[in-house]
Amino acid sequence: MTIASVLVVVIQLVFAVAVTPVLIGVMRTTRARLEGRVGGGIGQPWRDLRKLLSKEPTRAPGSTLVLTLAPILLVASSLLLCALIPLASTLALASVPGDLFVVVSVLLVGTVALALLGLESGSAFGGMGSSRHMVIAALVEPTVLLSIYALSVPAGTSALAAIVQARRADPASLLNPVSLLAIFALVVVVIAETGRLPVDNPSTHLELTMIHEAMILESGGRDLGWLELGSWLRLTALLGLVANLALPWGIGQDAAPLTLLMGIGAITVKVLVLGAVLAAAEVFIAKLRLFRVPELLAGSFVLAFLSVSASYLVF
Amino acid sequence: MTVLAAATNLVDAGLLAQLLLGALAVVAAVVTRGRLRNLLAGALIVAAGIAAAVTGSAALLGEVGTGLQIPVAIPLAEPLDPLLLAPDQLGGLFMALAGVVVALAALFGIGYAHGPAASRTGWTAFAVFAVGMQLVPAAADAVTFLLAWELMAGGSTVLLLADHATREPVRRATVWYAVMTHLSFLLLLAGFGVLIAAAGGTSWATMTGASVAGPAATLAFVLLVAGFATKAGLVPVHVWLPRAHPEAPSHMSAAMSAAMVKMGIYGILLLTLRLLPGGPRWWSIVLVAIGAGSALYGILQASVQADLKKLLAYSTTENIGLITTAIGVGLLLRSSGQNAVADVALVAALLLAVSHAAFKSVLFLGAGSVLHATGERDLDLLGGLAARMPWTSVTFGIGALGAAALPVTSGFVAEWALLQSLIHVDARADRLLAIVIPITMGIVALTVGLGLLTFVKAYGIGFLARPRTPAAAEAHEAGPAMRAAMVLGAVLVVGLGLVPGPLSQALARAVSAGGVSTTGGAGLLLGAVDVVLNPIALTLLTLAILVPLVVVNAVLARRHPRRDVDLAWGCGGERTSPRMEYNATSYSEPLVRVFRSSLQATQLVDVVRHDAAPLLVEQMTFTQETGDVIEDRLYLPATRWAGRLGDLARTIQNGSIHRYVGFSFAALVLVLVLVAL
Repeated sequence: MTIASVLVVVIQLVFAVAVTPVLIGVMRTTRARLEGRVGGGIGQPWRDLRKLLSKEPTRAPGSTLVLTLAPILLVASSLLLCALIPLASTLALASVPGDLFVVVSVLLVGTVALALLGLESGSAFGGMGSSRHMVIAALVEPTVLLSIYALSVPAGTSALAAIVQARRADPASLLNPVSLLAIFALVVVVIAETGRLPVDNPSTHLELTMIHEAMILESGGRDLGWLELGSWLRLTALLGLVANLALPWGIGQDAAPLTLLMGIGAITVKVLVLGAVLAAAEVFIAKLRLFRVPELLAGSFVLAFLSVSASYLVF
Repeated sequence: MTVLAAATNLVDAGLLAQLLLGALAVVAAVVTRGRLRNLLAGALIVAAGIAAAVTGSAALLGEVGTGLQIPVAIPLAEPLDPLLLAPDQLGGLFMALAGVVVALAALFGIGYAHGPAASRTGWTAFAVFAVGMQLVPAAADAVTFLLAWELMAGGSTVLLLADHATREPVRRATVWYAVMTHLSFLLLLAGFGVLIAAAGGTSWATMTGASVAGPAATLAFVLLVAGFATKAGLVPVHVWLPRAHPEAPSHMSAAMSAAMVKMGIYGILLLTLRLLPGGPRWWSIVLVAIGAGSALYGILQASVQADLKKLLAYSTTENIGLITTAIGVGLLLRSSGQNAVADVALVAALLLAVSHAAFKSVLFLGAGSVLHATGERDLDLLGGLAARMPWTSVTFGIGALGAAALPVTSGFVAEWALLQSLIHVDARADRLLAIVIPITMGIVALTVGLGLLTFVKAYGIGFLARPRTPAAAEAHEAGPAMRAAMVLGAVLVVGLGLVPGPLSQALARAVSAGGVSTTGGAGLLLGAVDVVLNPIALTLLTLAILVPLVVVNAVLARRHPRRDVDLAWGCGGERTSPRMEYNATSYSEPLVRVFRSSLQATQLVDVVRHDAAPLLVEQMTFTQETGDVIEDRLYLPATRWAGRLGDLARTIQNGSIHRYVGFSFAALVLVLVLVAL
């Protein structure tokens, strides 16, 4: 059991690192094709990453250890997410179960590392990005907790693996209002946390609109490589979570090699399809004005709240 | 445990030792001078704090003394029962908490106290305050409790006044503090009066028998909760916190914020768990409502403050709010028969109290160290301190992690326990719970989110980036005593977060909660709701991921070392002046926009145009002020009405001696008539 769950963790980590550049490649290519461009190809993010990691970073006078540590912490936090979230299998480590609150706080460690890096640069852009990023993170927090809370009521536990398992055992619960409302709220959360449209535009460098890019503006070379990898991994982990909550089929439930293989195949397909759908949807959406974003988040909070209330009536 | 059992009456000896050490500290403060006074008085108060920590821990672990009796005889007064000091388990916990905070604050004070705070009066007041505070939870009857309470209030007021000669805000802050703290005392006096009359005795043991039904219990509950809430700094009686904490000497702010406000929490627990257990349901709803309201209001105000100590003060209101919420949820669940989950909520309340004491001491001491080094506590004028004050920076960072409830600190464990208790409530059959619990959950979650922003701002703006003023650029590291206090506090923040199992088990004894056990070394297993948290395992897993990353990074760094440049990139421009950096005010600007109505922010942009060309702007000034809605809507009208009442009273006092003689005569007649009846 223990060895099997350690194996699952290792497999999920390898999966995440291997699939993430492909996922980003697929998303960028989808978007490029729909916009009538050729795009860099599916392998381009991987080549970018290799190039960035082997380039020297720069250091301005007066900068501290945060400059080096924050990018690595972001990657570590995202990898830890991939280890804790049930991606390929619902086998969880006995001493560190993928507890909802632990997962959220690990996510927040990455958020904070990024925000501190933005301030560390000492430029106006970094601070601006950091400030906006933290406001969005703060406003998203209630939705995250309430939506997963709603999903945890039927399962009677806050461990994500157990929730996924319970949903798989009872497919009828996937289509009830509690589940639909909560999943919809969760999608908004994922979009906000990973900085996708309409909350943030990942490919913009326009001063007034950028959030994520503003924080990493002063980073270059190896630092930038880690930062890109960290944010991409975060997207993989969260998309994987939503995919497994919405469509829990195919995920492995024991340590048999065949089910594990099937679990890996299922999550790869799910994440890539979901990514392509997200990218396709982004083509048709414009970025929201920054001060309209709280309205979007308040809306998703209301959905999550309704979902919790409904869960008391349904179950 | 065996060691504790061998020493008979450790509790009694410890109580006596605290009184003696306190008295010695007062003597040392009076007879010595200069640095020697700091050293001697400080060391004696540290010893008194340690004595309290040991005594409290022994009492918490079940050591029962015979109690320390102090006979009192006041001439011409009715004979009183002797004052009795005998802490129970709950009292022991709060005594230990106060003791540790006092020891840290006094240790810091040895290096930090200067000017009026290091005077004879300053150290005497600190000793009186410290011993008074440590004895509040030891009191076994209402009279002793109120006496200790007044020692605590009096000592803190005097120390708060330390800088009154040079700084005007200190005087105003002290007036607010003195008024509020005595309002608290009067409410407590009245509340205990009602209870004593109903129960027929002053000791807790006699009062325990009082009935919770009927108007007497309700009146006592309302009066006592109002009194304790005032001391704890809950909304709407929080107004003294953001005034007194910034103006007090920093070691005093730490002791006040980390320990003194907890006495209000101790009072609420004493009232609801021991004196009047099993009260009606609306009592717990009241506690949840004021707790959740304080948490949200406190963190919202904290997030927009630019004054570091004011930010910390508002964050105290937030944390006390969370503790009160947890207590309220616990009582609410007990009243609906869900005892297992209720126990988790009550343990969460104590975990929150302990972790807040740890991280808030570190944060206030760190703020003191910054103030000592730069003379500034305005974040807008700081920045870049991490390079010049590494010790302060790292310890403050750890404290900020605790306050933001990130793993693996004690703050994280505490909020995890609170959230676990909330999601395991069975609200299906109970309409009230189905409404209260999700709303509480939403408020707690928003509080956590805003707390994160607040402490990223406090740390990032204050310690990272480039210095915004010459004062920040020339900051120096704190002295050895101050460093030691901050490091010890930071060790506590992380240490308590790493071993939540044994800690929670000890805390569970104080509220006689079950279903809490240790698992896998030091992990916390909440058997009642079947969840487990093992921070050591989480840390090991993190290290297993982090270490390879760091190694890879080091290998890459060896091949392509970092290059020093004048300007990282800066949009291809020149390195701009530090004034272009984001500061604390601009950092919270988006938040101010989102919560404009509740923050009452006023922004003033002053544009000076060029004489020759009016289209060109010569200078622009931006000022932003955020108001306190509660102060404007509640306190200002109240003081205005009090003023009007005073004016009215003046009409009957026209200075005529005849009228005053008439008043005296009327009063005499009235008294005689009353006596005759």
